[in-house]
Amino acid sequence: MTVQELPGAASAYRPTPPPAWKPRTDPTPLLPDPEPYRVLGTEAAAGTDPELLLRLYAELVRGRRYNVQATALTKQGRLAVYPSSTGQEACEVAAALALEERDWLFPSYRDTLAAVARGLDPVQALTLLRGDWHTGYDPREHRIAPLCTPLATQLPHAVGLAHAARLKGDDVVALAMVGDGGTSEGDFHEALNFAAVWRAPVVFLVQNNGFAISVPLAKQTAAPSLAHKAVGYGMPGRLVDGNDAAAVHEVLGEAVARARRGGGPTLIEAVTYRIDAHTNADDATRYRGEAEVETWRAHDPIRLLERELTERGLLDEDGIRAAADAAETMAADLRERMNADAVLEPMDLFEHVYAEQTSQLREQAAQLRAELDAEGEAR
Amino acid sequence: MTTAAVKPASMAQALQRAMRDAMAEDPAVHVLGEDVGALGGVFRVTDGLAKEFGEDRCTDTPLAEAGILGTAVGMAMYGLRPVVEMQFDAFAYPAFEQLISHVARMRNRTRGGMPLPITVRVPYGGGIGGVEHHSDSSEAYYMATPGLHVVTPSTVDDAYGLLRAAIASDDPVVFLEPKRLYWSKAQWSPDAPSAVEPIGRAVVRRTGRSATLITYGPSVPVCMEAAEAAAAEGWDLEVVDLRSLVPFDDETVCASVRRTGRAVVVHESTGFGGPGGEIAARVTERCFHHLEAPVLRVAGFDIPYPPPMLERHHLPGVDRVLDAVARLQWEAGS
Repeated sequence: MTVQELPGAASAYRPTPPPAWKPRTDPTPLLPDPEPYRVLGTEAAAGTDPELLLRLYAELVRGRRYNVQATALTKQGRLAVYPSSTGQEACEVAAALALEERDWLFPSYRDTLAAVARGLDPVQALTLLRGDWHTGYDPREHRIAPLCTPLATQLPHAVGLAHAARLKGDDVVALAMVGDGGTSEGDFHEALNFAAVWRAPVVFLVQNNGFAISVPLAKQTAAPSLAHKAVGYGMPGRLVDGNDAAAVHEVLGEAVARARRGGGPTLIEAVTYRIDAHTNADDATRYRGEAEVETWRAHDPIRLLERELTERGLLDEDGIRAAADAAETMAADLRERMNADAVLEPMDLFEHVYAEQTSQLREQAAQLRAELDAEGEAR
Repeated sequence: MTTAAVKPASMAQALQRAMRDAMAEDPAVHVLGEDVGALGGVFRVTDGLAKEFGEDRCTDTPLAEAGILGTAVGMAMYGLRPVVEMQFDAFAYPAFEQLISHVARMRNRTRGGMPLPITVRVPYGGGIGGVEHHSDSSEAYYMATPGLHVVTPSTVDDAYGLLRAAIASDDPVVFLEPKRLYWSKAQWSPDAPSAVEPIGRAVVRRTGRSATLITYGPSVPVCMEAAEAAAAEGWDLEVVDLRSLVPFDDETVCASVRRTGRAVVVHESTGFGGPGGEIAARVTERCFHHLEAPVLRVAGFDIPYPPPMLERHHLPGVDRVLDAVARLQWEAGS
């Protein structure tokens, strides 16, 4: 028997709206644009700073060369694995360049390029992937959190750091990067919710590159776009062409500025494509066709920017060659330094587990020391 | 013998005082969790902190354990010393990935460059009539994770002293609070609190010559009572309260077992895969020639924590400890 079926209920039961209910936020301004925002090849391009475009171009070319070089290093056994961001360089570079020095970057494992564009030494950025230590740099020195391997777990860190900075009165912004697959993880939800409730100065950048390893976006989410997810948290969602470096830089710049002046977090979805496989260990032909890859190659971030710059007379053959040469110099240096064998200190295994070694670890360290000494004598 | 300065105080009050003193001394100390603000925590352990230090220092978070611990990681990365509350033992499980993949490893991952001074307060264990998911003893999970300290007080004094040490530690500490001892009282003065107790030292709660009971947290009072009862049977039991499961105080434990020659490990969590197996193995490896009998374990049964009306059958009580002590009259071949 339901409430309505109770004797006399027909007249007594008159559902009315709950007395105090009202929508908390007007969702309209939070909704993302219907189409990914673009600058290159549109009228908006005229308003962009030529110096910025040239800087983005140089970094894109360098980034592409970095991806190619690092992938080659996996084939030579110098890297255990490399998740390439070829095709996504505009997101990586524009994201890094949208930050001030005092800001923090929270990269995923695919975001080495963002770290390098932010000024990190290219070899230090590869330590995790080479396998000589988990993080090759001091996060505090560079304000770059360790490259994060678990999915989306770095997002709440970005929120906590940004929140702490604001509590201390520092106008620091945290940029948290995640892939399309990462948006399905619980930590994505919790991070966005905390950020919105605390109005933390965080920018979430989702690089939607089409696949979570092999699973396409359609099997990842039923949302109209990943940027739409913002509305449910009460923060603005922005949709941008991830291969358009000028557009990504502009949208990120706006979100960073908004966060810095106390306007709270933003969720940005950059629509892009992973030209290479997930990593060198993946076979992308099993889940996507060459035709699809070709359409995205035609929408290459470097070509888009190059066309804009040459048409406006800001870049000529000499400029293109200069950028390529600079990238080649970086690659040669990277190759040479990565070909040197890593210097490993096995006793470091016990050095950084706790501030002070426990007696248990001291015993185990002594055991390893003895084994190493015996090996040394045997040689 | 109550004086004006020393009144009976509860463990919950001592924990609250520890946080208050730490917050007053160091503006970097922040308390966060679900219900820690206006409500003062469901056990009132954070009572008054939001009022005294403001909501920015004692913060009611959204209801999300991974988010609570994950944001605490970021706060610690920026130089704060977060103290997070997990409300109930089994509610901490959503935060496990943050704890295991980040909190425990960040110092190691960054070669010491980024230590995380986070205290994770977890009310744990049974005996309070809680429904499902409110009585787990999850210490073995935490113990199995390098990079975490795992601490659990059994007295009002230690509750204050160990929590102060946990908050001051530059390493993450899982601070297990025995729920059923929250309201246990002691002659303890919040006006002149006890000293800070360094993490990693066990303490002999009762000296004896016949056998050692190795225990911690909620099982300490059980063992003390068992020792009193055993005295009538002619057994003079020593009780060692570990206080810190990681790091483990081999020295105090083994010194005791070498004196008595017999040992029983007592705890609430499961026997299989539980802390007792590790402790018994350590004692056996180090004290084999001093042992007159195998190291025995008295633990909870290897079952999901039972419903409240049956928990008394599961929890190791005085009789089960005494049975084990009786079995210590072991003879080779028997």
